Amino acid sequence: MVEEIGTNTEGDLIINVGPQHPATHGVLHLVLTLSGETIKKVEPHLGYIHRSIEKMCESLSYRQFIYVTSRMDYLSSHINNHACALTVEKAMQIEVPQRAQYIRVIMDELTRIASHELWWGAMAMDLGAFTPFFHAFRERETITDIMEKTCGARLTMNYMVPGGVMVDLHPDFQKDVKSFIQLYKSKFEEYNELVTGNIIFQNRMKGIGILSKEDAISYGCSGPVARASGVHCDIRKLYPYEIYSQLEFDEILDTAGDSFARYMVRLKEMQQSIRIVEQLIDNIPEGEFQAKTKAVLKLPKGEFYQRVETARGELGVYIVSEGGTTPYRIKFRSPGFSNLSALEHMVKGLKIGDLVAAMGTLDLVIPDIDR
Amino acid sequence: MIAMTNEELKIKLTEFLPTITFEEGGEWLNVFVTPRELRSFVQKIRTSEDVLFDYLFCLTCVDWKTHFNIVYHFSSTTYRHNFVLKVKIDRANPEIETVSDIWRTAEMLEREVYDLFGVKFLNHPDLRRLIMPDDWQGWPLRKDYEDAINMIKL
Amino acid sequence: MFSLEGITNTVHEWLNNHFSPTLALLTEFVLVGVAAIALFALLGLGLVWMERKVAAVMQIRLGPNRVGPKGIFQTTADTLKLIMKEGLTPDGADKFLFNLAPYIVMIVAMLILAPIAFAKNFQIWDINIGVLYLSAVSSLSVIGVLMAGWASNNKYSLLGAMRSGAQIVSYELSAGLSVISIVVMTGSLSINDIILSQQNGWWIFKGHIPAFISFVIFIIAVTAETNRAPFDLAEAESELTAGFHTEYSGMKFALFFLAEYINIFIVCAIGATLFFGGWMPLHIGHWEGFNHVMDYIPSSIWFFGKTIGLIFLIMWFRWTFPRLRIDQLLNLEWKYLLPISMFNLILMTIVAIMGWHF
Repeated sequence: MVEEIGTNTEGDLIINVGPQHPATHGVLHLVLTLSGETIKKVEPHLGYIHRSIEKMCESLSYRQFIYVTSRMDYLSSHINNHACALTVEKAMQIEVPQRAQYIRVIMDELTRIASHELWWGAMAMDLGAFTPFFHAFRERETITDIMEKTCGARLTMNYMVPGGVMVDLHPDFQKDVKSFIQLYKSKFEEYNELVTGNIIFQNRMKGIGILSKEDAISYGCSGPVARASGVHCDIRKLYPYEIYSQLEFDEILDTAGDSFARYMVRLKEMQQSIRIVEQLIDNIPEGEFQAKTKAVLKLPKGEFYQRVETARGELGVYIVSEGGTTPYRIKFRSPGFSNLSALEHMVKGLKIGDLVAAMGTLDLVIPDIDR
Repeated sequence: MIAMTNEELKIKLTEFLPTITFEEGGEWLNVFVTPRELRSFVQKIRTSEDVLFDYLFCLTCVDWKTHFNIVYHFSSTTYRHNFVLKVKIDRANPEIETVSDIWRTAEMLEREVYDLFGVKFLNHPDLRRLIMPDDWQGWPLRKDYEDAINMIKL
Repeated sequence: MFSLEGITNTVHEWLNNHFSPTLALLTEFVLVGVAAIALFALLGLGLVWMERKVAAVMQIRLGPNRVGPKGIFQTTADTLKLIMKEGLTPDGADKFLFNLAPYIVMIVAMLILAPIAFAKNFQIWDINIGVLYLSAVSSLSVIGVLMAGWASNNKYSLLGAMRSGAQIVSYELSAGLSVISIVVMTGSLSINDIILSQQNGWWIFKGHIPAFISFVIFIIAVTAETNRAPFDLAEAESELTAGFHTEYSGMKFALFFLAEYINIFIVCAIGATLFFGGWMPLHIGHWEGFNHVMDYIPSSIWFFGKTIGLIFLIMWFRWTFPRLRIDQLLNLEWKYLLPISMFNLILMTIVAIMGWHF
């Protein structure tokens, strides 16, 4: 740790980016080795908000542990809950009612839009443009309002339970979502005008942090990061869960693998999510929103793995059950962890300014990495 | 590019290494390999054109109190088939060869497993504590880990 | 008609009638000093408030609206807070240079104020090499920035200061060349002469396309020279937390902050003087009636109006553009702006020699 204070033997400057730093959006700690402004080495130090969720879950019942997972990747908490609920349902072979499945998918996609909105604003802020952040929050606010009406929470929803969803939709839900879609469509052009088309922005993003297809696979990248490098990895398409197999949407792929490609993939993904919500919002079937389940859930002995597509990539829930009411071991395969491991490869030899441009497009959420 | 079924995979993987054993149950094929044969086996599944498991999406450890299971989840981005590889290792002296030179993602994942379970990955380029402080004593995710201050008994 | 010239003349006469000429001159020195400092404080407060409001409009929010009507006293409250805060000096810092740096930056900003004409015949120092003086003194502020970055004993500060040094020295060239292109048209280095030469039209209209090009280059270069976004690499907060003033707190930080806004005011005042005729009203050819109406507006209003218009432009940049990278910043200067402004200067010289301008 001593060497982090000054310079190393080769005369390179060593600086700490984080744990408190405006670029890291949380308590990520990167130790950079710099030669002038050029990055020679990036070393992530994790654990500043490690709560050992995996250990906590070992003493929580199958109903309780879902709530803890909202705190992992707090920007897509619906999808985390969804993954856990799916794993339990898969293990116990619970049939989820159609209505619940529709609600879950709509909520997932709204979460994805909200998460990408926040990323878009934060990304622009990393590059020194403050205004887009506020524009992004205008739309995101509408989504959190919709969530609040139905789930009672704005960030950590805890809405998905094994067997369905916790409560039925708010009566205004369909109306609100439709007016959100209207708002979003009218504002989307603004995003491109304000940021995407900007020549400075394009110069900062194009050709920066290139991740080839082979590297993306080798580093275990997933989600928009891998798709921007041309890897087919959308779990919703490859291993469909819920009603995704019946829906029409495109898996956004790019081959450039640079920061701009990752940016464009996320921007286009928001529109695909809107497309999914549009398909579902008018057709939510009537009926039960939750399957009848026992008060105390007991999973059969065995190992269960469920992968879902969160806003950041592939989330895996791996439950090892001994047949009791609590899991014997739980492992969350978090997308951010693997995406972060590719960071050094992406930014080596670039300037400090490129570090934020590349790291921003990874869309790191630190609680997701630390768990 | 058709994904192999579990049965086909079983036959194919036995060709690579006849000594592997299988565990029934679960959605995916569960394969057991001895620690000594791990390296040669994973190199084959990574490079063989028939299976091409190039995506290591999960690497973790399960503490079974008598032994550790290192669990690898593999997927192929070409064929889209998956399988689970398990390696049983000694709990008193947990050591296993690294796979971080074959799948780069394993470098961080193995550091995490080392940090939380104390499993030593031989030939790992940079095996240090990743999450816990450098001077931390003990391996938190082991079943017998006790911490009077930070853990609350329910 | 309100005019600042009238006030100064009255004060001058009154002092000379009541005191000896030496004492009168000394009193005038003091008055000018007090007036300059008062202007500084007012400008600082006003421009910070303006920036917040401009930012708020661009970001669909309200901005400061609690302290005073429309929040105009918000910046006063902030300044009071900063004055009362403890000024920390880091242990490893070079104490003397660390404490000196904000004052150097501030003094340089004050010095540039001298030859600027705020209204008709209202100028602190009508020096005949005004433009030369401006470019000479304005490049001194980089010393303060380098001093702050070096003395802080902080790696972010050092990186920020080095960036700032490279940036200010490079952009000085383009700014200087675009100023010279106007000097070529006017044939004088005196600010007053330059303004008077625009009596029948401002240079941006009279000088054809070359004048417009040099105006664009000037605005880009001075935005970079004042370390404003999109060229705020010296304090790029997502990369270097706060760059060269990371370690500063309290009033010393406030001085850097204030100096930034004073510098913006000054460069915009120079831009308004060179390209938009300073205090000269808008005159269009032979429209006598129109010209008379324009003359009726006080010259100080013309000057401040033009300056604030340019300041708004620079604020607009800040709230819409992302930041450049350091190598892109230097490329822009050395590969594009400098060759263009050199070529533009030749073009301007030809225009001036052939008398093609109006």
